[in-house]
Amino acid sequence: MKSTRLKTSAMIASIAADGQPTVSAPFGHALVRVAAQRPQIVGLTADLAKYTDLHVFAAAFPDRFYQMGMAEQLLFGAAAGLAREGFVPFVTTYAVFAARRAYDFIYMAIAESKLNVKIVCALPGLTTGYGPSHQATEDVAIFRGVPNLAIIDPCDALEIEQATAAIADHNGPVYMRLLRGQVPLLLNEYGYTFELGRAKMLRDGDDVLFVSSGLMTMRVLEAASTLKTDHIDAAVLHVSTIKPLDETTLLMQIAKPGRLVVVVENHTVIGGLGEAVLALAMRNGSNGRMRQIGLPDAFLEAGALPTLHDKYGISTTRIVAQVKSWI
Amino acid sequence: MDLNIRQPLSLDDLKDMARINRLDVARMFMAAGNGHFGSCYSCTEIITVLYFALMRIDRANPDWMDRDRFVMAKGHAAPTLYSALIRRGFIPEKWMDEYETAVGARLMTHPSRRYQSGVDTSQGSLGHGLSIGVGMALAAKLDKRDYNVYVLMGDGETNEGSVWEAAAAASKFRLQNLVGIIDLNRLSVDGELENVMPMEPMVDKWRAFGWDVVRVDGHSLPALLKVLAPQRNVGASAPRMIVADTIKGKGVSFMENVRSWHADLISSKQYSDLVSELGGVGV
Amino acid sequence: MSQLKNSTILTKIASLRNQATNIRELALRMGAVQGQGYIGQALGIADVLAVAYFGAMQYRPQEPNWEGRDRFVLSIGHYAIALYAVLIEAGFISRAELETYGSDDSRLPMSGMANTTPGMEISGGSLGQGLPIAIGMCLGLRRKQSNAFVYTLLSDGELNEGATWEAALSAAHWKLRNLIAIVDVNNQQADGPSSQILSFEPLVEKWQAFGWDVTRVDGNDIERVFSALEDARRLDADKPRVVICDTLMGRGVPFLEKREKLHFIRVEPEEWDAALHVLRSEVSA
Repeated sequence: MKSTRLKTSAMIASIAADGQPTVSAPFGHALVRVAAQRPQIVGLTADLAKYTDLHVFAAAFPDRFYQMGMAEQLLFGAAAGLAREGFVPFVTTYAVFAARRAYDFIYMAIAESKLNVKIVCALPGLTTGYGPSHQATEDVAIFRGVPNLAIIDPCDALEIEQATAAIADHNGPVYMRLLRGQVPLLLNEYGYTFELGRAKMLRDGDDVLFVSSGLMTMRVLEAASTLKTDHIDAAVLHVSTIKPLDETTLLMQIAKPGRLVVVVENHTVIGGLGEAVLALAMRNGSNGRMRQIGLPDAFLEAGALPTLHDKYGISTTRIVAQVKSWI
Repeated sequence: MDLNIRQPLSLDDLKDMARINRLDVARMFMAAGNGHFGSCYSCTEIITVLYFALMRIDRANPDWMDRDRFVMAKGHAAPTLYSALIRRGFIPEKWMDEYETAVGARLMTHPSRRYQSGVDTSQGSLGHGLSIGVGMALAAKLDKRDYNVYVLMGDGETNEGSVWEAAAAASKFRLQNLVGIIDLNRLSVDGELENVMPMEPMVDKWRAFGWDVVRVDGHSLPALLKVLAPQRNVGASAPRMIVADTIKGKGVSFMENVRSWHADLISSKQYSDLVSELGGVGV
Repeated sequence: MSQLKNSTILTKIASLRNQATNIRELALRMGAVQGQGYIGQALGIADVLAVAYFGAMQYRPQEPNWEGRDRFVLSIGHYAIALYAVLIEAGFISRAELETYGSDDSRLPMSGMANTTPGMEISGGSLGQGLPIAIGMCLGLRRKQSNAFVYTLLSDGELNEGATWEAALSAAHWKLRNLIAIVDVNNQQADGPSSQILSFEPLVEKWQAFGWDVTRVDGNDIERVFSALEDARRLDADKPRVVICDTLMGRGVPFLEKREKLHFIRVEPEEWDAALHVLRSEVSA
């Protein structure tokens, strides 16, 4: 029986294309730089330092690193205790475990008191082929429901570095989706600077407005290039802060006439950036053409990541095809 | 009586504070029409001993960095804590009469750091408190401060897996500045702990998790004074667990060990019976 | 009579050793298909699985959902490669399917999934859920007045998880005499040796304090594991049983036994064949 080999490791999925410039463990290194200036910063994990790039911080500041064992509820509870005493904990695990297993602790022990805990989670949305237990397809939807909690979904290595510093300065709890390992670098070519709470236009265009965050911004930028060869002119609005949403910029760009608005997310179509933007538009009386591309409301399959992205419509090829069918 | 105490109270005065505490709690529940009588009354002596004899706190300085911390993990017994905070001068007495009922009431079913001076952490979701206590105790070590962290849990609460995660961590990090207290009144919402989720042998479990454990009568003031005394900068490395055998509803004859008094309505007649039994209104 | 029994047991043990070797071989072959896999764990646990499936459990390979079967709950989803090996050896899955391990549309995904593989009782992956699920299974079996056992394989790392202790409490409370937990103590988790991550000793005392009957054995000594599981089945007491097995990651392939203890051992492409060769020669030696 012929079989298809996995194109990437199920556990250490790298989303970089061949030849694409990457940076290794941008979060870990950025945290070390920030922590050198801020002695109150401590790092905690639940047996996932190595897989969330926190091991870099642990090596640099071993006395500021807490290995809490595989106990996510304890992890977030202890982070709350440290934060009450004036420390700034950076806490890592996988998005699934924070969003599901420890949700009650994040909600009550951290967010309800607006504690200064930075929750940084690897494997957001569909970034592993490991199956539903590790695919955090609904993490944004879950965390959007938590008051006081800022939600960041950075696109590339550059943004991860900048966002790490920014969230350390932000007063209050933050949930940041993390890309780990060899992370693509591309926003340097767009003269980009991260600002918490600000959506930014990366390219303008008359026919299509892509609205996206995180990994999907990388995809829609590629899609925009491809569409250009078909004489379809696409703009890209990068919304890396999902909560609080930059409503002003969004409404302004959506209001621009004559464009098909396509929201693209590495997340279920339920409750994420897509519905947030669509609801915003509807509440403000927008009657433009709007479409949504995202993961289905389903338990996703296990397998190779490229195959899955294709299957579930969030690969660049599928995005291009879908947009063309709508134009 | 000067209630910003600089010297710990005598045994007789402590006994009287416990009586006043029970009256205050009843007063709050009368204002609301109902309350967690059983859960509040089983830990009255524990809270009285901590707040009026042992803890290093200052009402003029509720956020004093070297203060001893108290985590009311069994958040639903908050009124016991409120009474102690009121009598120690952290919050005004008149808030008692708004308890839960007035719009903008600052005293609610569960403690909230947002509203109440002297409260170290909001609570309500059982199973969180010990983890938070672990974090606070870790912070003390990082900061090289000698304050102690007390965490008062319910026995039903120790069903929560998160409690055992915290137990393992406290032992791993040698948090001798952490003192857990279990209010073992043996009744939870759905009935006797034995039938809901038995925890015995309680002492053996904590010992197996690396804690120094003592078991005491949770209503004996002399015993509590001894086992709850803070330890500062001593050589011991294990966290401490005080398993306190208590009676739910203690102090009021018609409430003692009656399951329905976990949380119940109180009538005017019951209230006046209670008040007479406890020797009239307090200070 | 005792001499006859002795030789029966010796034959049994020899046969189990053989099956354990086959399990190791199948696991290595699957690892080779993808060039990676949790092979260290698979090699370490092969002896326990051999005893469980060929020296303890009742089941029908052609009828994986047979009501009377003993259930085997793989709480540790990432040990799927090991379970597939024993499921192949036991006849639930054909040897030909081995090639599909970890590939698209495969019935053998890298992390165990219940509705995908015959003989896989739960969808693992999120560690610490297996024992809680097993509790429910035991209660249901009791209602049906079934004699089936539920075996649950846990890792030492999973003992960090509070949910494990919630389940431990529950099992004792419900007097689940049809529950046999097996803990694989290989002293290894993602960030390093378990004893350094969140030290879990004294293990025996913990389980005892939580109301279980406890045995601790060398998990790579088939004879010991065999009698421990037999005692666990036969114990006449209203309490759940746990067999704590100390195992060695990479067991059976000396160069992997000695490899730096990583949660996810890297094996170079050319080493798979070498491992298979070494396994066979270790056995015949």
